[in-house]
Amino acid sequence: MARAFIKDEERVDWHDGALWYIREKRDIAAKQIPEWEQLREAASMIKSNVISNLHDYLLQFEANLKKNGVIVHWADNAEEHNEIVYSILKAKEINHMVKSKSMLTEECHLNEYLEERGIEVINSDLGEYIQQIDHEPPSHIVLPCIHKRKEEIGELFHEHLGTEKGLSDPTLLTRVARKHLRNIFLTRRGALTGVNFAVAETGEYVVCTNEGNADMGAHLSEVQIASMGLEKIIPQKKHLGIFLRLLARSATGQPITIYSSHYKKPRKGQEMHLILVDAGRTRQLGRADFRDSLKCIKCGGCMNTCPVYRKSGGLSYQNTISGPIGAILAPNLDMKMHADLPYASTLCGSCSNVCPVKINIHEQLYKWRQEIVKEGYAPTSKTLGMKTMAWTLSSPEKLTTAGKAGRWFLHNVPFVVNNKFNPWYRQRDMPEGPKESFAEWFTKNSPKK
Amino acid sequence: MTTREKILQATLNNQPPAIALPDISLFKGEDKDLVQKYMTVFKSIGGNCFLVDDIAGIQSIVTQNYDAAKRIVTTVPELSSQFELISEEADPHSYENIELAIIKAHFSVAENGAVWLTEAVMGQRIIPYICQHLAVIVHADTILPTLHEAYEKIGAGEYGFGAFIGGPSKTADIEQALVLGAHGPLTMTVFILK
Repeated sequence: MARAFIKDEERVDWHDGALWYIREKRDIAAKQIPEWEQLREAASMIKSNVISNLHDYLLQFEANLKKNGVIVHWADNAEEHNEIVYSILKAKEINHMVKSKSMLTEECHLNEYLEERGIEVINSDLGEYIQQIDHEPPSHIVLPCIHKRKEEIGELFHEHLGTEKGLSDPTLLTRVARKHLRNIFLTRRGALTGVNFAVAETGEYVVCTNEGNADMGAHLSEVQIASMGLEKIIPQKKHLGIFLRLLARSATGQPITIYSSHYKKPRKGQEMHLILVDAGRTRQLGRADFRDSLKCIKCGGCMNTCPVYRKSGGLSYQNTISGPIGAILAPNLDMKMHADLPYASTLCGSCSNVCPVKINIHEQLYKWRQEIVKEGYAPTSKTLGMKTMAWTLSSPEKLTTAGKAGRWFLHNVPFVVNNKFNPWYRQRDMPEGPKESFAEWFTKNSPKK
Repeated sequence: MTTREKILQATLNNQPPAIALPDISLFKGEDKDLVQKYMTVFKSIGGNCFLVDDIAGIQSIVTQNYDAAKRIVTTVPELSSQFELISEEADPHSYENIELAIIKAHFSVAENGAVWLTEAVMGQRIIPYICQHLAVIVHADTILPTLHEAYEKIGAGEYGFGAFIGGPSKTADIEQALVLGAHGPLTMTVFILK
């Protein structure tokens, strides 16, 4: 996937620039808060507390939800989550549902599951809607179609919404989607949202959007469903002050998301459901080196700053959550399938530096590499290279011989290394080999005793 | 074992030893020039902001800027002689065609421009989202410096639904181009009542 993405150099540069621009906006916003670093520290500590008391907080949250009149469900995995959503809708004979952004339901492949059973789902976040009509998953957790050019989106709208061919003005396209989706909101009896923060103390949950789509769906529905991973719990309501100050500034450089909606009780005549989903989270909780990944508040800051993400695009990761945070979450879900992700990093540490909850992302990437090799899932190119390297470095004679051979190949038959079998060569030319090694030069030039 | 029991057991088995919560009582904003700060921030996020002396001032700005032939609704009793009062009992879908909604906030936050609204002041939960334009009245002496003061003021909060709203709905999903008016209101105006 990454190979396909980087073929188009102009697009790579544009994608790189678009994301760096967001990183810069984040910096400007963060610098306006003198206590920014203390906020990050506090957020990280609150999340440490959550991770260490999750059992009790879950019970407290559940009890308060029930007191508020919300129906609580528990799902061990994606399949069970999807079955619960289906049964809720089926009981009400709902065949059309509108859904706001929820990475969890992407992870569970909920849309496909419901569609196979005759229930149509429409994603209402503009970026997610665009991705849905293009049959692609989101490439970024905050900006789902950041990898698409406006002309491509115009083409999709022409095909699906009947706009004029060639129309690519972002404002006009947004207006068309607004009109189309307004009709969807008004006619859907079922609405599903994600959850940003779930307050154990009060049983309310907070959903943040800029577009207002979660609320348009929820407040016009008869049945409102919220799906959340277990890790979304925060202990007390006052902690929202910390997290909401960090979230939007880290995500897009805004002082706050336009809508921070606090859902506590169902509307009169409405049914409200909340599904608590494990799907690997308790397993990650048991991995001492990796459990801090559960602190993530899904701001996308690590993606915007990552040199590898910016140059390869989110779809290359082939995991719902891409970028550095995705690369430390994915191996927990399927170590074999995602064995290459922790290697998709230069370990520069920029992700950890911008993370609002101070997850040591780059250190976890390094630790996952060791875990993956230990479990025998390392990519062959890596193990073969490592074995050759170990053999070469095992004695000075072997190294000298290998060095000589390498220089001879570069000078005399460069095509042996400049070919498609060498992954390093794909975007680069190999350098001209030096005439002699450092050891040879040193022997020649050092004063004779 | 039910799924619930299974998840709770796994959580208990796998969670690390307890780590204490940090003291966050030291986080506080500066209680200075709040009206000015609020107005600057709110305008920077795409909102309109007016300082007004009284309700009559709001009425005259509304009359000048919005088409009176279109549907304008409110929950503010002082405005009910001129505009339609929102009914808590009506079907929320029936507000689909409202041009402007005028509601009163509990307070607002200077650092981010957001107003705090609960369903009691919205009339109906859908109102501040479904209207084409949103106008919110804030008393100048209720502007708070940061979200820390805001949550202190909200306390436990007796509401079924509440929201911070900080500006007109927006999206930058198409090539990072900022577009005001995604699914919610196209514009948001705040009247600061002196």
